[in-house]
Amino acid sequence: MDGATDRVGARTVPPLLDVRGLKKHFPIHGGVLGGVTARVHAVDGVSFSIAKGETLSLVGESGCGKSTVGRLVLRLIAPTAGEVLLDGERIDTLPAARLRMVRSRMQVVFQDPFSSLNPRLRVREILAEPIRNFGLARGRADLEKRIFALMDKVRLPREAIDRLPHEFSGGQRQRIGIARALATDADLIVCDEAVSALDVSVKAQIVNLLADLQAELGLSLLFISHDLAIVEHMTHRVAVMYLGRIVEIAPRAALFARPAHPYTRALLSAVPVPDPTALRRHVPLTGDVPSPIHPPAGCHFHTRCPHAFDRCRSEAPVLSPRGPDHMAACHLAE
Amino acid sequence: MTLSPLSQRRLAVFRAHRRGVWALRIFAVLFAVSLFAEFIANDRPLLIRFDGHWFVPVLHDYAESDFGPGFLPTEADYTDPTLRAAIAAHGFAIWPLIPYHYDTIAQNLAAPAPSPPSWRHPLGTDDAARDVLARVIYGFRTSVLFGFALTIAASAIGIAAGAVQGFYGGLTDLLFQRFIEIWNGMPQLFLLIILSAIITPGFWVLLGFLLLFSWMNLTGVVRAEFLRGRNLEYVRAARALGVSDLGVMFRHILPNAMVASLTYLPFILSGSVTVLASLDFLGFGLPPGSPSLGELVAQGRDNLQAPWLGITAFCVLGGLLVLLIFIGEAVRDAFDPRRQVS
Repeated sequence: MDGATDRVGARTVPPLLDVRGLKKHFPIHGGVLGGVTARVHAVDGVSFSIAKGETLSLVGESGCGKSTVGRLVLRLIAPTAGEVLLDGERIDTLPAARLRMVRSRMQVVFQDPFSSLNPRLRVREILAEPIRNFGLARGRADLEKRIFALMDKVRLPREAIDRLPHEFSGGQRQRIGIARALATDADLIVCDEAVSALDVSVKAQIVNLLADLQAELGLSLLFISHDLAIVEHMTHRVAVMYLGRIVEIAPRAALFARPAHPYTRALLSAVPVPDPTALRRHVPLTGDVPSPIHPPAGCHFHTRCPHAFDRCRSEAPVLSPRGPDHMAACHLAE
Repeated sequence: MTLSPLSQRRLAVFRAHRRGVWALRIFAVLFAVSLFAEFIANDRPLLIRFDGHWFVPVLHDYAESDFGPGFLPTEADYTDPTLRAAIAAHGFAIWPLIPYHYDTIAQNLAAPAPSPPSWRHPLGTDDAARDVLARVIYGFRTSVLFGFALTIAASAIGIAAGAVQGFYGGLTDLLFQRFIEIWNGMPQLFLLIILSAIITPGFWVLLGFLLLFSWMNLTGVVRAEFLRGRNLEYVRAARALGVSDLGVMFRHILPNAMVASLTYLPFILSGSVTVLASLDFLGFGLPPGSPSLGELVAQGRDNLQAPWLGITAFCVLGGLLVLLIFIGEAVRDAFDPRRQVS
């Protein structure tokens, strides 16, 4: 696949998920009266879209707001500003009763397979819960049939149905988590660091499983990760986040071959290559991520950027085209 | 039903706690016995054979005229010597072990009431000539039943309140906390004194009144567990799966809070028993004449010349509380994750 044909679905078809100008500021309370003394700018104006059957990876360092984007998309928390559209319908303003129905269409797989499953429920109960909640099964026999079908989909042995989560390995638990996310026939699955806590070999299995399921069921995935190496193997497009903003968004091949933003280049150079003789141009990043409570003026990245100049300190760059479907927010290349 | 390995381990730790197990056994026997107090201490025979007919006075009321034409059609008083003589002449009666109800006034006492322990009254009589042993059995039952009722009701309300606070957090939590602080500052005893000046509080009124103030016991613990629990990933996942708020609270978070709650229960129970006894001691508890351990303590104080009253009250109340605390310690250890079966 090359950059231009990576996209599934044409531009004329409305995307499954469309996020516009999403913001989330968490207030910090303090002082005698508990007033708002500051705000954490966790997500500060993020826009992207995901087509049906497409995978978008959201990458960035920890604390850049990528998990918050995931939770906002799922409406687990309410956004401060911006719009989230699922199939053209705004879901960020839906009342609670309607929201519950929309929830069946988007599901989540969490990072830690040990804390994302209730330790007191058996596999049967874990998988039955979403099916019951949305009234998808007709009778007990149908419920059991659906549970077995889910277990087959994620390659879990059927005899494991009455086991408790602690009897499984990390990879198997993550399979249960994926099966649970599939239980409602969702169109969109948010994978929040879904493989980060797993061993390398298990990681590959789960990534392959997700890719197979996507091909089989036409799922759209929002794959949130800090690991570019994993992303490279399974995504259609990549969005790079830094301090609450998307700095570059591009088809996979274009991003890995021609990164346009200095931050993306730094991230790519940090990916380990399993070849000791490989010659690499290392782009070291100095300093720490600035505090999202007081983000730097202008380009958020200027405090660590090796190419920063005066304009970067005063004016925030906007995403501008760098190639087919390839956008980056940097003054440098303009 | 098979127990999870964790529950099995907890049960094993509890069983290994010999003192707690024995306390539980003794308490269970005493409580079971006191539940059948009517069959053990009563001023009615268990069974009467009269002219070829069977009578069960413990369960049924009979008229005296049932036992011969010479009697009036009033409710039979089996302590009446004439009636006893009539029954003895026409058949026989089987009496309970202690032939006194808690409110039976013993006749023909050898010494003025309160009379010292004797064969007829193993623990003596109180200052109204009532058998102390009979009153202790009924009083024990009242105390424990009251304690259970108060504990269960207060825990249910307390857990629900703590769950709402911790689950919703934010402003709900803030307002609720301030309300609890104000409510906690209410002078319980004075309100109770005012209440008992207006009406005579019975078992249920007293229970309801104490409930108003005792539900806060568990709220803090449950609130803390819910504050922690609502951020667990499987709780977030459950919300994404469309589980209702109530479903998330009871199915996913409450089981975590139950360990903390269960650990507190025996201690809340012993606290409830103490509260009832102290109110009875002060005279603001159950209506006068009710069998109660607190009332027995008060009698012991008023009749220092009759030490058997005070000693009995001390031993029964102290014994009951010690048993409950031993059980509580064993339960607490059983839920302690650091405790291993030795």
